[in-house]
Amino acid sequence: MTEVTATASAPAKPAPDARKAGHWLLMATIVLFCIWVLAPIYLLVVNALSSPEEVRAFPKAFWPSFDTGSLRFFVEFNGVLKALWNSVLVASLTMTFSILAGAPAGYALSRFDFPGKDVFRVMVLMTRAFPLPLLALPLAVFFIRTGLDDTALGLALVHTTLALPFAVLITFSLFSGIPYELEEAAHTLGCNRLQAFWKVIWPLAMPGIAASAVFAFTISWNEVFAAAVLTIQNRTLPAFLLQSLDVSPPHLKFAGGAALVIPALLFIFAVRKYLFAMWGIANR
Amino acid sequence: MAEIVIKNVTKSFGAFQALHGVDMTISDQEFMVLLGASGCGKTTLLRIIAGLETPTSGEVWIGGRRVDQLPPRDRGIAMVFQNYAVFPHLTVYENIAFGLRMKRTDQDEVERRVTRTAELMHIEMLLKRFSGQLSGGQRQRVAVARALAMEPDVILMDEPLSNLDALLRLEMRAELKGVLAGSKTTTIYVTHDQVEAMSLADRIAVMHGGKIVQNASPVEVYRNPAARFVGGFIGNPPMNFLPAARAGKGKWQVAGITFPGPDVGKDRIEFAIRPEDLTQSEGGLKAIVRVVEPLGAHTLVTTDVEGQLFRAIVDSDVSVSSGDVLSLKPKPDRTRWFDPDSSQAL
Repeated sequence: MTEVTATASAPAKPAPDARKAGHWLLMATIVLFCIWVLAPIYLLVVNALSSPEEVRAFPKAFWPSFDTGSLRFFVEFNGVLKALWNSVLVASLTMTFSILAGAPAGYALSRFDFPGKDVFRVMVLMTRAFPLPLLALPLAVFFIRTGLDDTALGLALVHTTLALPFAVLITFSLFSGIPYELEEAAHTLGCNRLQAFWKVIWPLAMPGIAASAVFAFTISWNEVFAAAVLTIQNRTLPAFLLQSLDVSPPHLKFAGGAALVIPALLFIFAVRKYLFAMWGIANR
Repeated sequence: MAEIVIKNVTKSFGAFQALHGVDMTISDQEFMVLLGASGCGKTTLLRIIAGLETPTSGEVWIGGRRVDQLPPRDRGIAMVFQNYAVFPHLTVYENIAFGLRMKRTDQDEVERRVTRTAELMHIEMLLKRFSGQLSGGQRQRVAVARALAMEPDVILMDEPLSNLDALLRLEMRAELKGVLAGSKTTTIYVTHDQVEAMSLADRIAVMHGGKIVQNASPVEVYRNPAARFVGGFIGNPPMNFLPAARAGKGKWQVAGITFPGPDVGKDRIEFAIRPEDLTQSEGGLKAIVRVVEPLGAHTLVTTDVEGQLFRAIVDSDVSVSSGDVLSLKPKPDRTRWFDPDSSQAL
C-alpha cells in the first residue's frame, strides 16, 4: 500500500527544473506546430493582398499593403468566374447528394441492428482506401460512354463517393448521441416513426447535419484530381487553377490559392465541433 | 375504464428467451408493480405493454381491446422513462403539451391541462425553462407531468426513481403515490427496489427468469412467499432457510427441534422464518452469534445455526455479543415451508 502511494505520488511532484523544462518543451512544440500550419496561410493572405510588384519583392512587409490589384487581376482573369461558379455548383450538388444518401445511412447504422452492419461500416471507410487515380480513369471512360463527362452532375457524383463516408460517419455519431428513449417517448406521445423523427430527432440533429453538409461541400471544393480528369470545358476552380496557374505570374497564384483556401478554412472552422465529435474527441 | 389483460406473452431475443408465457390481469385503477432483479424480464414486459416491443407470441388487451399489434400511440398509454426522456429542444411547457399537440387539442385545453399538471407536480415556475436548466428531480417531474397531461387510461413507469438520490427518491415516491391515486389511471410500475414496490403497490408481481413467480398484495408477498426465491428476494434482511427432516406425520425436525409442519410425503423439506419473527426464549434454535449490528430501532444479529447462516432481529435493549449462544424461538404462525425440489411453498 505504502509502495503504491510512493510510486504514484513521485511523478506528481517532479523536481521543479524538470517540470519547467517539460513545460517549455511543450510550449515550444505547440508554437512550432502553429507556425507550421499558420505560416503558409499567412504568406498566402499577405501576398494575395499585395500588389504584383510587392509579391515579387524581397524582403516582405509584415503587414500587407491591402492592394487589391492581384485579386482584381485574378477575378478578371478569363474563365475564373465560370470556374468559381462550377465549383459552387458541383460542391452544392455533392453536399445535397451526400446528405440525402448519408444521413439516412447514418440513422440506420445508429438505430437498427441488421446483419452485416459492422461489415457495412468498414466498407464505408474502404471506399477511401482506393486511390482516386484508380477510380478516376475508368470513371472517365464510363462517363464518356454515358455522356456524364464534363458535366457538373458527373463530377458531383464522383465527389459524393468521396464525401459520403464522412457524411455517414458524422451523422452516425450524431444520431448515436441522441438517446433512443427520446424517440420512444415521442412514439408513446402520439407520433409515428416519421413524426418522431421530424419533431424530435431532426431539431436536435439539424446543426450536426448542417455541419456534415458543409464538410461535404468542402471536400468537393478542395478536390482537384477527379475534377482535372473528368472535366475539360466545365472546370472547377481547383482544376482550372491547376491548369492555368502553371503558366501564370506569382501574384495570380497567390490570389488563386487564397480564393480556394480561405472559404474552405472558414467552413471547417465553423463546423469543427462536429468533426471532433466524429473522431470521438470531447469538445470544450 | 382500462383493465389490462396479458395472455401467455412470450418474448425471445434470438436464442435468449426473455419472457416465458406470462399471464396477468391488472384491474382498472390498480397500481401494479413489476418487481425483480435486473434481467428478469420486467422491463421487457412493460415495453410489450407500451408497444415499444412486439411479443413473440401471446396477446395484450387494454380496456377490452386487443392492442398487441397496435403502435404505442393507439394504445391509450403514457410512459415515464428511466432517463426521463424530456425533449431537450423544447421548453417544459412544450414538453408537457407535446402529446396534446399531437392529438390536435385546442389551445385553451392545452393551456388548462399543462397548467393543471404542472401545478400537480409543483413545476409551474419552470414552464419556460429547457431541460438542460433542470435538475434530475425536476426533469422527473416534467416527465410525469407530460404523461399525466395526456390523461391516459394507463401509465407505464420504467424505474422512474432509480436515477434520483436517496432522499429525493423517498420524497418523490410518496408524491407519486398521491398523484397517481388521484389521477384514477391504471399504473404499471417497474422497479428492482423492493421497498419502493412494497410502499407503492396495490399488488406486486415478482418476476424471476422471465416468469411471474408470485402475484399478490405487498403484505401477502412478504408474509407468504409463493416460492423460495420470493422469500429470499423480498425483505431486508431476507428470510432464513434451514433444512428440515421428517419426524413423523406432519412433524419436522429442524436443527434438533421438532416443529409441526405440512403433511407431505417427502423426507426432506425446507424450513423458513423471517428474522423479525424470532423471539429469545427457552427451547428455541441454538444460534451462535457471529456479528452484531445495532441499527438503532433494533439490532440485527447474524448467527450460525448448525453451520447455516441465520439472521435474527432482536430488540436493541438486549445486549448480545459475538460468541454468545442464543435460543431463538420462531413465532409458530410465521413458520413457512418450501419444497426443495420445486422450491414452491408447501
